[in-house]
Amino acid sequence: MTQIRPASSEQPWAAPEEEPIVRIDKVTKTFGSTYAVDEISLNIHRGEFFSLLGASGCGKTTLLRMLGGFETPTSGRIYIDGQDVTDVPPYLRPINMMFQSYALFPHMNVAQNIAFGLKQERMPSALIRERVAEVMALVQIEKLATRKPHQLSGGQRQRVALARALAKQPKILLLDEPLGALDKKLREHTQFELVNIQERLGITFIIVTHDQEEAMTMSSRIALMHDGRIEQVDAPRRMYEFPATRYAASFIGSVNLFNGHVMSHDNDMVLIHSDEAGSDLLVHHSQPLNPGMEVTVAIRPEKIAVRDHHSEDPNSIHGVIQEIAYLGDVSIYHVELPSGKRVQFTQSNVLALAEQPLTWGQEVALTWNAYSCGVLTQ
Amino acid sequence: MLKRYPLLFALLFLGYAFLYLPIFSLIIYSFNESRLVTVWGGFSTKWYGELINNGPLLDAAWLSIKIAALNASIAVVLGTLAALTLVRLRGIRGHKSLGVMVTAPLVMPEIIIGLSLLLLFVAMEDLIGWPAGRGQTTILLAHVTFSMAYVTVIVQSRLAHMDTSIEEAALDLGARPVKVFFAITLPMIAPALAAGWLLAFTLSMDDLVIASFVSGPGSTTLPMVVYSSVRLGVSPQINALATIIIAVVSTAVLIAGVTMYRKELKAQRKS
Repeated sequence: MTQIRPASSEQPWAAPEEEPIVRIDKVTKTFGSTYAVDEISLNIHRGEFFSLLGASGCGKTTLLRMLGGFETPTSGRIYIDGQDVTDVPPYLRPINMMFQSYALFPHMNVAQNIAFGLKQERMPSALIRERVAEVMALVQIEKLATRKPHQLSGGQRQRVALARALAKQPKILLLDEPLGALDKKLREHTQFELVNIQERLGITFIIVTHDQEEAMTMSSRIALMHDGRIEQVDAPRRMYEFPATRYAASFIGSVNLFNGHVMSHDNDMVLIHSDEAGSDLLVHHSQPLNPGMEVTVAIRPEKIAVRDHHSEDPNSIHGVIQEIAYLGDVSIYHVELPSGKRVQFTQSNVLALAEQPLTWGQEVALTWNAYSCGVLTQ
Repeated sequence: MLKRYPLLFALLFLGYAFLYLPIFSLIIYSFNESRLVTVWGGFSTKWYGELINNGPLLDAAWLSIKIAALNASIAVVLGTLAALTLVRLRGIRGHKSLGVMVTAPLVMPEIIIGLSLLLLFVAMEDLIGWPAGRGQTTILLAHVTFSMAYVTVIVQSRLAHMDTSIEEAALDLGARPVKVFFAITLPMIAPALAAGWLLAFTLSMDDLVIASFVSGPGSTTLPMVVYSSVRLGVSPQINALATIIIAVVSTAVLIAGVTMYRKELKAQRKS
């Protein structure tokens, strides 16, 4: 997974004294008896590229629509720039939204679509023309000004929708699955562009996506949602390396989970015995854990290394290769441990068409570093 | 093509003939010299001349057009409001029964609508003195009552297929709900409104049964005149009148089509 965003030293969310641009305070939304959003509290800071990530039906779109003013929370308040906007209608919020379907006005051409929001502000027409030309240049659609939406390709429509939402220079831009309808190549290209535009304009972007890769590449922070609640809020790198819950670990990337119980905890090192792994596991973990506690150890497939022969040290497992998936750049190996547990690990295919040293039915010994795995208690 | 599928083309031709042959024969017989509609007596335009001097028939035609146009306009407004209520206020108490009640006239026999409206108008006149007597007003009211149901159905299906996020986007961009309706919703459902208007116009133009119940002396619509004169033998003047109506309608359709086509071409060339 590549990350477009440079690991910036600026971390506005780490400065608690600063007023967040969006403050969601114990917001709940119910439809009938189902909780779409269940008492979520969340702060989003100025200039962030914030992702609401989750499987479909997790409540992320409902949360976004409440920010836009299209749904009213059942309880809880939403503040934008310190102002309570919970009951403010969408047309009075300093927020614009890019809809998943793009929602372009079919009877207006591209320039008219983009100018629509500015006309509502009663901006002088010379200024409107200038601003429309500006945003069209920003998203590189100058040549499409007189086209109607039905004459545009999916990628072009997406740009028009973005330009229209940016034209009013909102404080916050909401994007509902902005890349969902694009093909893979175009999606990757557009990810970079979105990040560039966001950094150039300094507008806070809040994006809803179900695609973990998309969230990882673009976001400054991700809120992972599950069943109307937030599982974890973190920067992409921390989210991947240090998932807080079993759900977070398995939703983002692939992961091997070993259930076990704590044997001892000294000097930030936890020793865990796992029958599933058939070995003792040593993990770096700074929060105190009591001996006997039931925990789960999470280890990413790419952190696992193959060693020459099995040893009885901690973090050493062995098993038989059952399946191999060749993906071009890497191969994924499925190994069955003596306990019956299946473990995945990946190997980069460094040599082209090399005689595969690992093959079906082969017995392998695997190991990993105590700092490359994590302990999950939830 | 023609050689490869002769049977298919024969069927196509038959289909067209079925649809348009009656109209063609009507047009041809409007230029008939003979007084008898079914016997060809040579070419003549004398029935057109007589038509112009036939005051009652022209009056009836003019009355029908007036009522039809007014009816279509009122029905479109009311039908659109009903459709908006049915589509947008879903989940409100009584929503389903409203839907059934609005569209009931679609399945109600005309004769029952006509009779019940007549009884209603008479009762209303007794109670509140309006509408005074039967005439244009009562025909118009009766026509609006049933043609509104057709407009509702047409507009409703259009609204139901419309992506609601388009209106939300307009709200999001700062337009108030009223502005959203006139700037976004209305242009998007315009084709349905036009179709509804035309259908309501045609329904009103066509109607004989209901109008016969609720019309009064001095307000005779075209279908009523035609129907009563047919009983005495069809005058070729009716053919002439029908030919004129067909000519006007097809010219209007042709002009609309050409204008739209040109507009489309222009838009394509521009970009």
